[in-house]
Amino acid sequence: MSDTAMSAPADLAPARAPLDQDWRKVVNYGLVLGLALVFISLTGMPDGLNSRVIVEPWLSMGYLSLMWLPFAIGFAVTHEQVLEGMVQHKRGARELFAGAVVGLIGGLCLSLLVYLLDTRDLSDPLVNWNQPLLDFLTRDGSVGEGVLLWVGVSTALGLFGGLMRIVPALGSRLVRAVILTVVGAAAMEALIDDLSEGVWKLEGVVEWLYHPREGLEPAGAIALAIAAAFVVLWLGRQLKKGGAVYNLAREAQPLAVNAVSVVAVAAAAILLPIFLGRLTNDLLVNVGLFVLLALGLNIVVGLAGILDLGYVAFYAVGGYSVAILTSPTSPGISPTLPFWLAIFIVVGMATLAGLFIGAPVIRMRGDYLAIVTLGFGEIIRLTVRSDWASGLTGGAQGMLSIPGPDLNIGGWTLPLVGWTMPKLEVDLMGTNPQHILYVVMFFVAIAIYVSWRLENSRIGRAWMAVREDESVAEAMGINTVTAKLQAFVVGAILASFAGAVFAAKVGSIFESSFKILVSIVILVIVIVGGMGRIAGVVAGAFVLVGILGGPNQPGLMAEFSEYKLLIYGALLVWMMLKRPEGLIPNVRRSRELHQEEFLQDAWLRGEVDRDEAGSEATTDEGWAPA
Amino acid sequence: MKLSRKLMMLLAVLLSFSLIAAACGDDEETVTDNTDDTDTDTDTDTDTDTDTDTDTDTDTDTDTDTDTDTDTDTGSLGDGSLGTITVAPGEEVQIRSLNAITGEVAFLGIPNQVGIELAVSHYGDIHGFAVTSGAGLDDLCSAEGGVAAAQQIVADEQVAGVIGTSCSGAAAAAAPLISDAGLAMISGSNTSPSLTSDLQGNANENYRAGYYRTAHNDLFQGAAMADFVYNDLGLTTAAAIHDGDPYTQGLAQAFMDAFTALGGENAGFTSVAKGDTDMVPVLTEIAGASPQALFFPIFPPEGNFIAAQAGGVSGLEDTQLLAADGLLVDNFMEDPASEGIYMSGPDVRFGTNVNESTGQTAADVLAEYETVQGEPPSAAFWGHSYDAAAMLLDAIAAASQVDADGNLVIDRAGIREFLNGISGYSGLIGTINCDAFGDCGSQKITIVDHTDSGDIEAGKANVVFEYAPA
Amino acid sequence: MTAAIRQRVRPRTAVDRFLTFLRFALTALVVFGLFAFLVQQFVGPDNPLTRFLNEDANRLDWDAFRGLLVSGLSQGSMYGLIALGYSMVYGVLGFINFAHGEVFMVGAMTGLITSNKLFEAGVWDDAFPVAILIAVLVSTICATLTAVLMERIAYRPLRGAPRLIPLITSIGVSFFIQNTSALLLGPGAKRYPLLPQWLRDDRGPTWLRIGGQKILVIVVAAAAMAALWYLVERTKTGKAMRAVAEDKEIASLMGIDVDRTIVTTFAIGGAMAGIAGILWGILFGSVTEFTGFLPGIKAFSAAVVGGIGNLGGAMAGGLTLGGSESLAPQLILEPLGVTGHTQLKDAVAFLVLIYVLLVRPTGLFGERLSAEDRA
Repeated sequence: MSDTAMSAPADLAPARAPLDQDWRKVVNYGLVLGLALVFISLTGMPDGLNSRVIVEPWLSMGYLSLMWLPFAIGFAVTHEQVLEGMVQHKRGARELFAGAVVGLIGGLCLSLLVYLLDTRDLSDPLVNWNQPLLDFLTRDGSVGEGVLLWVGVSTALGLFGGLMRIVPALGSRLVRAVILTVVGAAAMEALIDDLSEGVWKLEGVVEWLYHPREGLEPAGAIALAIAAAFVVLWLGRQLKKGGAVYNLAREAQPLAVNAVSVVAVAAAAILLPIFLGRLTNDLLVNVGLFVLLALGLNIVVGLAGILDLGYVAFYAVGGYSVAILTSPTSPGISPTLPFWLAIFIVVGMATLAGLFIGAPVIRMRGDYLAIVTLGFGEIIRLTVRSDWASGLTGGAQGMLSIPGPDLNIGGWTLPLVGWTMPKLEVDLMGTNPQHILYVVMFFVAIAIYVSWRLENSRIGRAWMAVREDESVAEAMGINTVTAKLQAFVVGAILASFAGAVFAAKVGSIFESSFKILVSIVILVIVIVGGMGRIAGVVAGAFVLVGILGGPNQPGLMAEFSEYKLLIYGALLVWMMLKRPEGLIPNVRRSRELHQEEFLQDAWLRGEVDRDEAGSEATTDEGWAPA
Repeated sequence: MKLSRKLMMLLAVLLSFSLIAAACGDDEETVTDNTDDTDTDTDTDTDTDTDTDTDTDTDTDTDTDTDTDTDTDTGSLGDGSLGTITVAPGEEVQIRSLNAITGEVAFLGIPNQVGIELAVSHYGDIHGFAVTSGAGLDDLCSAEGGVAAAQQIVADEQVAGVIGTSCSGAAAAAAPLISDAGLAMISGSNTSPSLTSDLQGNANENYRAGYYRTAHNDLFQGAAMADFVYNDLGLTTAAAIHDGDPYTQGLAQAFMDAFTALGGENAGFTSVAKGDTDMVPVLTEIAGASPQALFFPIFPPEGNFIAAQAGGVSGLEDTQLLAADGLLVDNFMEDPASEGIYMSGPDVRFGTNVNESTGQTAADVLAEYETVQGEPPSAAFWGHSYDAAAMLLDAIAAASQVDADGNLVIDRAGIREFLNGISGYSGLIGTINCDAFGDCGSQKITIVDHTDSGDIEAGKANVVFEYAPA
Repeated sequence: MTAAIRQRVRPRTAVDRFLTFLRFALTALVVFGLFAFLVQQFVGPDNPLTRFLNEDANRLDWDAFRGLLVSGLSQGSMYGLIALGYSMVYGVLGFINFAHGEVFMVGAMTGLITSNKLFEAGVWDDAFPVAILIAVLVSTICATLTAVLMERIAYRPLRGAPRLIPLITSIGVSFFIQNTSALLLGPGAKRYPLLPQWLRDDRGPTWLRIGGQKILVIVVAAAAMAALWYLVERTKTGKAMRAVAEDKEIASLMGIDVDRTIVTTFAIGGAMAGIAGILWGILFGSVTEFTGFLPGIKAFSAAVVGGIGNLGGAMAGGLTLGGSESLAPQLILEPLGVTGHTQLKDAVAFLVLIYVLLVRPTGLFGERLSAEDRA
């Protein structure tokens, strides 16, 4: 929710004096900043991420993990919720001052930590209370240098955060673009390196941009920053124009334009893996698996409003079914079917599992349901692992030698006619991530199509009605039990696809891949992306799994693997508090969760005073009554 | 809901980018960098996928004879059947360390990684080329992590070999990929029998030609413990408890199989779950048959709970407790409940064993480890990883030569050839002999009697039983 | 009333039939397992039925049974203590505080740090009662603070939000606290100092000798429970809590400070979890960052089994769950011939939850629904 969300009145009151602050708020934010800085330092994150260089000698991910905070909080402290009828002031020195003060307080807290690190030894309970952290914070200098450094840097960044409120929109967009480009380019070094390989001349450019094997060169970073600025200034306008043309065309001839778009997307999807290296393809496979899972959970949670915390159960059903059916060495039953035949049986198994787990829980209240599904997820994992079931599932030893999906669809002979489908000449089997990526994309395409069709169908509307209010939905003649079961089964089938591809991709299967954690990560993806929104869920999977990594999969930033769960947890809370509709919100959903109008009403009734409305936009009255 | 405009635009940009790339790109990704100047057959990129399992050990391939001829001029190993790696002057020879360096299993992976780094630094140059093990990769101790890291290794064509993984589950997934790419991997701490052979001359189904390990095979440790219990202690009924981990389950199973083969009686085989604290139910289950011995090759803290609670369960008062290397760690051995427990593990009395490739003694390496890390190793396999890395570097040296342009040309097949032929190699962990299925470990198992929780080192040194290959 | 009408109108569907089948199947499984156990116990394991079901069946002797029962009850009383927090928060706010298990973990962790410091200072060995009192105080205070902070930061802004929103938030909080502990204090198991011998000794008559720690746990849990009962039923604060649980708006009209009452509720729940945490440390002597997760979920299950919102029910549910996960594998699964039956201990706990919800959706001791829930 940005402060320009409400219609801004044309005439602004003159800017207030720098010292006319809400001091309590400024000090509170400063202390929060200080606590956050100390906390992050003590988790070991800065030191652990220090090996990831962003701009070769200047900046590392470790320093960035601290430096973004004063900037963000300096920006946040100057936020003011302006409601209809309030006096709106011009922005100016007051904002800068507030940002700087907040930064200063934060910097002082961190300096205190530096001092204590030097003089006290608290390493007994706090494992990161050690010399490397002190060296990191003082940049191998003396304590005094460290104190000066952090007080200075933090104050400057806080000031900079405040500055973002004053500069015109274009300016802040420029800054955002530059920062995101430089950090993003550094984060995606492996990917870009991989992409550019073999491409004419690009390789040279990339070599010039990056320091060998770590981070950007200073010159490269500056070049990228200029390029980003250029894109915002010039290309942004062009893109906007292009978008307008596209929209016009779509209004005129929706069918043709949609068809062209679909063809274009499909062509891109088919061509892309060819140009990507092994690494990128493998990463995309991981992302694709979580897109698939998240789309499935999105139907269950986002559309039908059933909080399924045992979603991993269906993932396991898919994975284990394929393992049993296709692996030549599976204990017990071992029919050694080809992957594509096994998929049909997997769908059947997933449907059964969906019905079996769904039926008992469907009548339960939302929160009971969450725990019971979580229980079912654990029951399935524990059973699969036990010696009792090891005759079928391999128990703790799992199953090995699962063949990859065979993309040679040809080779079979049509009965009666006697025509043999020609077999492709290329060898498209095994664990080559490029080939697996095609398989994943095939299933993701199915999932997107199914989600998209269902969302606008009678069933989809029934689900949403159930989500909003079950009693009302029932009164409208919707069979809520059937609707919920349908959602459960569709979700189960999509998850089982993901499980099937997962088993074929990894080539072996163990129960440790199906812990509760997986359910939670999928939930985080759905929430962060935007519940009930296909594009949001896809984007969520790309950002979270692609960059930070999945529960057992490394992302682009492998350094984060120790900290990603902490970040996931914090992200989940933050999203719920500040942006419950997700990154790319669903219109209907965000309307449900929309707060400003209630806040406006509350303010008009005099229940929220001016300062409260500014600092705690989402407290107490922020929510629509359920 | 229609796909949003933004998404459409994004995809359009992607599409146009890929079209540009298509126009400029060069379709063929060559597996070997510089095959033309060594004049190898050009179909290497299709061969590597399929031939590795069968052809690697045979030197009689007809169409590669010409290569071998040119190679033998300078005496390097390999027939070029798995492709070559060319290291330009000034570049480094790349090997990779792949270990569980984060999360719960970091205690196992970090010593491995440090061992590898020390070996690389001690070994020095190969034919004048520096060696690097890169930033250590993480196998996350899981199949997914193993695959992801393996893809990363395979994607970099300059990598000549891998030391890892830490966990057998990760190796089961990574070995096929790494082996099929023509590389060799040597693990310092995988012990699962499924990765190599049954020790009777039969390869297991998941064995791959490029896989080697310096750690012992679980079957060996299981047999050692069974021998000790049945013959030395004279106990005839035993139960085993694992924790659902492939490693602990495999070892418990190996013990039970060996024990019953000796004539002992299986008095129960079950597991606890990771995170369990109340072991009374599981111990009661075992106690039903009143076993004379209870083997629980698991990790802390579950191992601590079993040791502490076993005495209070009726039927287990007089049972002899036995554990394995998972509990040969400070956290468990400091616990008074651990007193009187026999613990098996690889022979870690390295003493002054010398690694023949680097000339370092185990004591020196250990001392250097402690200065580098500031603490003693948290697991026993640092020496195994050290030897694995030294062996790999020896193999690279043997399989490489400097060509006319000053490039170092490494023959992948030669690396495997060298490793297959290792016999009587002197390492930190003892004498190393590789069998036909990649088991290279010294295979010496010791059992210690831990009597005083106040003195852990004495406990580790108090060896009461040794088991070495016949 | 509406429920009654709905009951009459709704036709029996396939789902209903399936649920009925499931209820019967589970009941039959339990009854048959128990029957097989009794046969094995009183006829002896060498009868055709037992041999058919499980070749290795053994008779369970009294000592073993007593061991299982006592360990189940001591574990169960800890579940009960944690469950109180779930139950109270649910009663007042109507949502599951998923992160409550982590409050318990914080209690166990801070208790550990304190007792290790005291051990190093020598107080633990010299004056154990003083040391344990300090440890209990510190861990209770820290757990209470965690719970209160959690409410202030994460849940208060969400009051009145759709039901699932705070639940999802609490999952995030739970992960955050778990990983904070792992990163700040280091991952893996940490050990408590050893308890003095007089506490560890077995006590009681010969036929009922129980480990000293277990007696302590059960006694402290009972005392905490009694104190809580007094607080809720006999004091003004308790009255306010009950009023808020009944109807927040009316309560505030009656002059009750709703916010403060909610904070009090969280604080009391946190204190109970803190006590449970230190008891956990005493009983098992070891803590990890995951200590709170599974016990937390099981404690929630216990609250549901006992009837959520009902304090006595929470305790009873805890004992039921603890007892059955300890005894059921031996009493039901083993006679049925399941190999390695204790591996399914946790699965049994969840099955108990599912079974209770199928047969008696309101839990064993009914439930006191607040106004919002009834709507």
